[in-house]
Amino acid sequence: MLDYTRKEAYERSALRVNPAKTCQPVGAMYAALGVHECMPHSHGSQGCCAFHRMFLTRHFKDPAMASSSSFTEGASVFGGGTNLKTASKNIFDIYQPRIIAVHTTCLSETIGDDLNALIQWIDIPEGKYMVHTNTPSYKGSHITGFSNMVASFISYLSLPAAKKEAKLVLLPGFVNPGDMRELKRIAEAMQVSYTMLPDTSGVMDSPMTGKFELFPKGGTRVEEIINLGSAALALALGRAASEAPAETLSKKCNVPYKILPQPIGIGRTDEYILALQSFSKNEVPYVFEEERGQLVDILMDIHPYTYNKKVAIFGDPDTVLGLAEFALEMGMIPKYLLTGTPGEAFEREAKELFVKFGVRGCSAKAAGDLYELHQWIKQEGVDLLIGGTHGKYIARAEDIPFVRAGFPIIDRYVHSYMPLVGYKGGMRLAEFICNALMDRQDRDAAEEDFEMVM
Amino acid sequence: MGNETLLEDRRDFIFVKQEGCSGKGLRCDSNSVSGSVSQRACVYCGARVVLNPITDAVHIVHGPIGCASYTWDIRGSLSSGSDLYRNSFSTDLQEKDVIFGGEKRLEAALEEVIEKKHPRLIFVYATCIVGVIGDDVEAVCKRMAAKHKLRIIPVQSPGFSGNKATGYKLACDAIMELIAPHKAKKQLKQPGLNILGDFNLAGELWMVKNYLKQMEIPVIAGITGDSSYDTLLQAPVATLNVVQCAGSSTYLAKRMEEELGIPYIKVSFYGMEDTMNSLLRIAEELNNAEARKRAMFLVDRETRKLEEFLKVYRPRLKGKKAAIYVGGGFKAISLIRQFRSLGMETVLVGTQTGKKEEYEIITELVDETAVVLDDANPAELERFIKEKGAHILVGGVKERPLAYKLGLAFCDHNHERKHPLCGFDGVVNFTKEIDQSINHPVWSYLKEADL
Repeated sequence: MLDYTRKEAYERSALRVNPAKTCQPVGAMYAALGVHECMPHSHGSQGCCAFHRMFLTRHFKDPAMASSSSFTEGASVFGGGTNLKTASKNIFDIYQPRIIAVHTTCLSETIGDDLNALIQWIDIPEGKYMVHTNTPSYKGSHITGFSNMVASFISYLSLPAAKKEAKLVLLPGFVNPGDMRELKRIAEAMQVSYTMLPDTSGVMDSPMTGKFELFPKGGTRVEEIINLGSAALALALGRAASEAPAETLSKKCNVPYKILPQPIGIGRTDEYILALQSFSKNEVPYVFEEERGQLVDILMDIHPYTYNKKVAIFGDPDTVLGLAEFALEMGMIPKYLLTGTPGEAFEREAKELFVKFGVRGCSAKAAGDLYELHQWIKQEGVDLLIGGTHGKYIARAEDIPFVRAGFPIIDRYVHSYMPLVGYKGGMRLAEFICNALMDRQDRDAAEEDFEMVM
Repeated sequence: MGNETLLEDRRDFIFVKQEGCSGKGLRCDSNSVSGSVSQRACVYCGARVVLNPITDAVHIVHGPIGCASYTWDIRGSLSSGSDLYRNSFSTDLQEKDVIFGGEKRLEAALEEVIEKKHPRLIFVYATCIVGVIGDDVEAVCKRMAAKHKLRIIPVQSPGFSGNKATGYKLACDAIMELIAPHKAKKQLKQPGLNILGDFNLAGELWMVKNYLKQMEIPVIAGITGDSSYDTLLQAPVATLNVVQCAGSSTYLAKRMEEELGIPYIKVSFYGMEDTMNSLLRIAEELNNAEARKRAMFLVDRETRKLEEFLKVYRPRLKGKKAAIYVGGGFKAISLIRQFRSLGMETVLVGTQTGKKEEYEIITELVDETAVVLDDANPAELERFIKEKGAHILVGGVKERPLAYKLGLAFCDHNHERKHPLCGFDGVVNFTKEIDQSINHPVWSYLKEADL
């Protein structure tokens, strides 16, 4: 019933149907939540802030605190300077954050509010900070907004250091707190000293204590951001989300960086661990040999069920590429890869993957939408769909097994606590994928083919 | 967060019954204070939520992508017909459109959707920047409607131009623009009614319709729950409008009374008391003694069933304290009564768009020590929830995690409700949900473990 998609391809130049992205500010809000005692602030209409908080809450099932400049007609004519000034005073007085991270909206960008100038004009209490980033909603996507916010924390706060320390900057990209925890666990086991920015673990997955903390325990400390300049190297995980902040840190504080893919799957986790190893020069501890071996063992066990299965994957560029590579490692064919986020790198990197694994007939598209993905699937079907909640209509209409991974997932629980990255994340994904395929096989099996042992 | 200070600008939005009123009444119906962690939505949101349940319409958001993403099928409004409204359409404005204007893109988008989907009705929502970049949305809609012979209704809903209530009003105007040309002649009037302000969340409109069916009263149109282009155009033949969500639709009812000659009454189908009163009131208003008799029969049957049911649950809920934070004042009033019927006490009431007269009723209904808040922020909610020792919070999506963080039971009485909460069946669902949340074993693990 929910299927309004037409099979035949047709040109669409102006109409966006069922988007695979959302706007920059929500990404900026998420990034700012990964800084300790930070109040994300939406400089625009009050509705933006309410929508973004709701969107994040639906995914993380945790409160997302943020304030708004609450633009009125007047502000949209005369500029939002006064609103920001009032907001700043109110926020520091009542909520007492250490830092306010302002992001703009389509409205404040279009009326031309110059945040650099506005912030100069604001009295910021001693020991407190206010930073801003530009997040025009008519450019890029929530990934761009996330990336911009992280870059702005660095350009505002990080100071160049004369002496470098044996310390690493980890830019995790737009991933769940569960992923950030896993990335940190690996770095710690590798005995690497690091700072992660942002770090939403302990904020958006904070434990139940019976007490509501406006600013939970987690998040990168302001001092840590200030000191990023003394790091010897930055690892930028995922080009789309982390290249811009790494570039900013390099320019401002002369910290060299290395771009790594979001470490989903075997090869990409290997790359992450080797990068940590080449930095620390410490031996890779046995625990990772063990975990890697377990993951390979699992993929061998399940290979008869995954081999040559066609999969369509959609979501954010860095995550989709990671999931695609893992699918290839599982012997699957990533038939369609789609992201709503614009940017040529996605299609280029996807094609490199297809070549690397020698698969044919696969396509990848940036700046696409789910209507188009659905059309492709109607033209040539797939065995599995992987992506966020919004894929559920396609999965239902086409009766395809569906694995939820990425952002946003607003119709399931627990996901944000658990990793997709690392070997552990790979095991989890392998279980999801294999279960989805095998549940389908059981469901569709004729009585005489229904098996006890599989 | 243990913060005792309240934002000074917010004092007038808070009213503690015992302290008495300073004479001005509670300040409400205005915008959030800059810098407040407000839960308040915007004009576009208000307009969209009212119009969204028009099922066979194409709803196009003219603006950057966000507003379309955040409102893509999140309402839980059910349809018995088309599902077109559950897709997300937008012009996804880009930087070059912001510089050169978005009219061409809107026109092209309309062409594309008309050619492929053949809708008879399109709403075009202009969001924040559309007016600022100077698009004449009205002209584009008019031109395209004439060219393709269909209705295209622009909804000028930039977020900054007011609050959610402003958006409700715009939606009501859009509905009037659609139906006013179809004003019915006297002889064509039918002895049926329209239900205004019910959005068929979890199928609630269908339940109300079912009661009315048992009273043999026809329902012409739900406005806008489970409605379509055709049913809406039928609306002018009705002889009575009943208004359920007063916050969003009283204005529409007034316009329909003045311009289409349809009188209206306010009703509420939340809770036994309000449902009973509303059904009887409808029969009386229609001057239909037979319907009144049937209503009495129905009410009698259902309340007897419910009394049996409540006998089991009242002891489980007696003495528990409830906090309410909902959109409209009218719903808050129904909830207070409903809690009372369960033997529960309401200790905190807040709304986003409550009106002055609704706050007056609320302050009459609640106990001496209860707190009444307008547009509360999380810090205030937390403070008063704790201070008043509430056991459960009734609210919407943003309040759920807050309640849980405080170790408080929760009931979603908004778009994420899991089942119908109105009518007599709604009492069962509501009571079970309150019981299941308040009496769930998980809360017992909250006590500090001896680790």
